[in-house]
Amino acid sequence: MALVEQTTPDTTQNEPMISVRDLRVNYGEREILHGISFDVQRGETIAILGGSGSGKSTLLRTMVGLERPTSGQIWLRGKNIAVLSRSEMDEVRKKIGMSFQGSALFGSMTVGENVALPLREHTQLEDSTIEIILRLKLDQVGLAGFEYYMPSELSGGMKKRAAVARALAMDPEILFFDEPSAGLDPIIAAGIDHLILQLKKAFRMTIMVVTHELASAFLIADRMVLIDKGNIVAIGTKEEMQASRQPRVRQFLDRVAEPEVEQEMDYLQMLTASDRPGRRSPDRKRG
Amino acid sequence: MELTSQVGGTVTGGLAYVGELAALGGRAVYVTLVGPFRGRPIRLQRAIAQAMAVGVGALPILSLITFFIGLILALQSAYELRKFGALSYVAGAVALSMTRELGPLITAILVIGRSGSAFAAELGTMRVTEEIDAMETMAIDPVHFLVAPKFLAMIIMMPCLTIWANAMGIVGGGLFGVAQADFTWPRYLQASMDALYMRDIVTGLIKSVMFGITITAVGCHEGLATTAGPEQVGRSTTRAVVISIFLVIAVDLVFTALFFFLGGS
Repeated sequence: MALVEQTTPDTTQNEPMISVRDLRVNYGEREILHGISFDVQRGETIAILGGSGSGKSTLLRTMVGLERPTSGQIWLRGKNIAVLSRSEMDEVRKKIGMSFQGSALFGSMTVGENVALPLREHTQLEDSTIEIILRLKLDQVGLAGFEYYMPSELSGGMKKRAAVARALAMDPEILFFDEPSAGLDPIIAAGIDHLILQLKKAFRMTIMVVTHELASAFLIADRMVLIDKGNIVAIGTKEEMQASRQPRVRQFLDRVAEPEVEQEMDYLQMLTASDRPGRRSPDRKRG
Repeated sequence: MELTSQVGGTVTGGLAYVGELAALGGRAVYVTLVGPFRGRPIRLQRAIAQAMAVGVGALPILSLITFFIGLILALQSAYELRKFGALSYVAGAVALSMTRELGPLITAILVIGRSGSAFAAELGTMRVTEEIDAMETMAIDPVHFLVAPKFLAMIIMMPCLTIWANAMGIVGGGLFGVAQADFTWPRYLQASMDALYMRDIVTGLIKSVMFGITITAVGCHEGLATTAGPEQVGRSTTRAVVISIFLVIAVDLVFTALFFFLGGS
């Protein structure tokens, strides 16, 4: 019964859409996230910033239920997904959309079949209705007329758009993006940013973007969360982030390299050092 | 001391692995049989497409291989039988070895190479490209959508392929019989029929179904267990083939022993 009482933060307008409380995630023995807490309001776009290995992808994967948290709570649309069973989680998943880094389109299906798949699996809609929704979704992402193409026939940017169309298929209330501009040239990446802005404006969708692209984050996000080594370093609006005097925030925003590789000589020394872990000296190799 | 702990570790590891296979197989059976009553029938079209790939696609090469195997069996048994002037027993020897043992086994080995490896490669690639993750975030169960149709296809196609393999093996033996042992084709086939009991064929087919389940479980498990990195797909595929061959032989031994002690023959 305690569970039912816990579900009080319901989907009323002023409650946050996403609420993460003291989230800890382990991969085996290693703790990746050390107690993360933040809120996302309805209709807000939030960017999760962080370097490689900061834990930002783990955070995203945990929030869509691909990883199980060790402890803590993740409230999505008023449900704590950290304690949901598989079938309950599936109900939540029908109301969230996710765009993967490598777009993750099913290679054996056409673009149209990809986008229509969730509709065919989860609804009793007629084929003709699905056809109409499919056209609409492809139109929304600027891919009208591409439903009979195979994913392998599309460029990187188009694949990403198709993946967004698929994420939109079930009219989600929350949309997650994993590195939306990864592997795209600046112009195509800007196009994807523009698409995210359009979705935000047109549907008042709650959007969470995980990225390390500063320009992109500053363009699309209302607020940002900077993560470093599994901890939140800063949360704030663009202005607050830019005004921040915190060293770690400054380092990330000003793109300062890690201290040990700051100077060329240090770098060369680091490369040639024989006692560096993972690098064996010729002597030891012979022995 | 270290050796015993190593042996113990290997045994428990092996048993845990078999447990994982059983869990995967069990879930596939559950979604195939119980799913339809919960409004989630498995995709017959996908199962049919798999059955075509697993079964029909294997027919040409399977025919050729089992024809050769039948011929080899005839030659090998004739080597001993002719000492006793008993060449007419070649037909029975070939028919029995094919239906009881080699038909199901050769079919299984071929299917491991063609389909077990393909399952592992397909699911492994989908794992690496995050397609399996994408499926889960869309609330689509990969076992329901990808694994169950493969099980269904295998369970139906393995016995079919095995019957065909048995027939081709007998024809292969017949070639020797007709050419070297004074048989005519009708008499050779009649002699094969006379040597066979229904039990011989049925035990072979039961084994073939078990082989099919084993191959699918290993292929799918290895595919789904692929971790990050394209080079891991190759490793998964190799593992799937090696483990499948080993487990098929182990299952073969278990069932052959079972039939021996139960059937008394």
